[in-house]
Amino acid sequence: MSPRRTRATARRVLRQLRHDPRTIGLLLAVPCVLQILVHELFVGRPRVFQSIGVPLLGLFPFVAMFIVTSITMLRERTTGTLERLLTTPIARGDLLAGYGIAFALFAAVQATLVSVVSFGLLGLEADDRLGIVALAIGNAVLGMSLGLFASAFARTEFQAVQFMPAFVLPQILLCGLLVPREEMADWLRALSALLPLTYAYDALARLSAGEIDARFWLDVAVVVGVTVLALVLGAATLRRRTP
Amino acid sequence: MSAAVSIRGLRVVRGGREVLHGIDLDVAAGGVTGLLGPSGSGKTTLMRSIVGAQVVAEGAVSVLGLEAGSPPLRSRVGYQTQAPSVYADLTVQENLDYFAAILDVGPERIGETLRIVGLGEFLRQQAGTLSGGELARLSLAAALLNEPEILVLDEPTVGLDPVLRRDLWATFHALADGGATLLVSSHVMDEAERCDRLVLLREGAVLAAGTPSELRTATGLDDLGAAFLALVEDSGGRVP
Repeated sequence: MSPRRTRATARRVLRQLRHDPRTIGLLLAVPCVLQILVHELFVGRPRVFQSIGVPLLGLFPFVAMFIVTSITMLRERTTGTLERLLTTPIARGDLLAGYGIAFALFAAVQATLVSVVSFGLLGLEADDRLGIVALAIGNAVLGMSLGLFASAFARTEFQAVQFMPAFVLPQILLCGLLVPREEMADWLRALSALLPLTYAYDALARLSAGEIDARFWLDVAVVVGVTVLALVLGAATLRRRTP
Repeated sequence: MSAAVSIRGLRVVRGGREVLHGIDLDVAAGGVTGLLGPSGSGKTTLMRSIVGAQVVAEGAVSVLGLEAGSPPLRSRVGYQTQAPSVYADLTVQENLDYFAAILDVGPERIGETLRIVGLGEFLRQQAGTLSGGELARLSLAAALLNEPEILVLDEPTVGLDPVLRRDLWATFHALADGGATLLVSSHVMDEAERCDRLVLLREGAVLAAGTPSELRTATGLDDLGAAFLALVEDSGGRVP
């Protein structure tokens, strides 16, 4: 791997985003608007917003980066730029790290903006706000690595978009946000234990409640581990030789 | 003269169908070698095998004495894919900035390369708004940045206007005069005239290889298109 190639890849991905101001606007505005919607929806029951506001804040970047990465990488595959890159000296690690850095930077902006809206405007309360933003960025990188891996299984952009409801929605339903995991049927709880977002959600919930215990660090370790695993599997799908 | 590319018994299967049937071929170092054949004859697959992008069923491909696609070759072989493989949402400058960083060359090469392909005035234009020919030249520029010893160009002149085509062929010969080896594919027979050597490919097999004058002598025909036809008929119309 080479720092110059990694840096150049990150810069290139960010430049591509910059040329698409509408996507930037959507990526930054939509989570804020959704957060405001949730706040208004539960305006009569402020404790509900207090309990789901933080996890939502931390999960938006996950969803956004999953979609953005799976489509960007699919485009690299279908337009031939990936084939060209893989005939050059670039290491697959440079490519993945470049993507990771670019999207983590973007996720930092996204998470900061939603935080400002949530904590400043909507009166959301949490102990460790910086820690929550850090977890949100970590979740963005998790979303990126899963999106990268998922892109290998999509032939068209239609399919890639459908991976959102297929891969992401079940994880949101089962992570504990809508129904606490203890109240789920046994098989659903077992299933949710297999899904990475369950741990991302749990870490956010614990951090916002100030419960930085062994379970919290286990959650963080699982999120980091799954991210690395998905990146390794994703790298394996970037083949220099294709049939 | 030593061979820049040496291929022995190359068989490639794509989508369950064998598309290259045991190719033996040497591409001499230096000069412009034209890879000619109709659409579907296996030109792109052969080129992908040479740059190491193709899964090969059987056979050996060596480039500059090394196994095709091996790491030391990645900075010595330049490849232009048939479809322009650049980022449509970046400007010309941003595209070449990126490829220059990947290929470890300085920014001064960007200006030089753009002059070679005649895109100097398009620096700030978004690639997606270029015409087909301009886009193809940008894609070519990205392959020229690091002055590779071997250039594999897949139909670089398709769809270009005649003046531009003539200029590009002049560029190819200038690069060859500078010591590079060029392998250029085309499905247009009139481009055969412009090559130093020719490889005629048909239905996944090499029909003939040699200089244009050798092919003329062998067939007794002046027109290379007619010579190609005569060679097809000599081979019984079908190549196994």
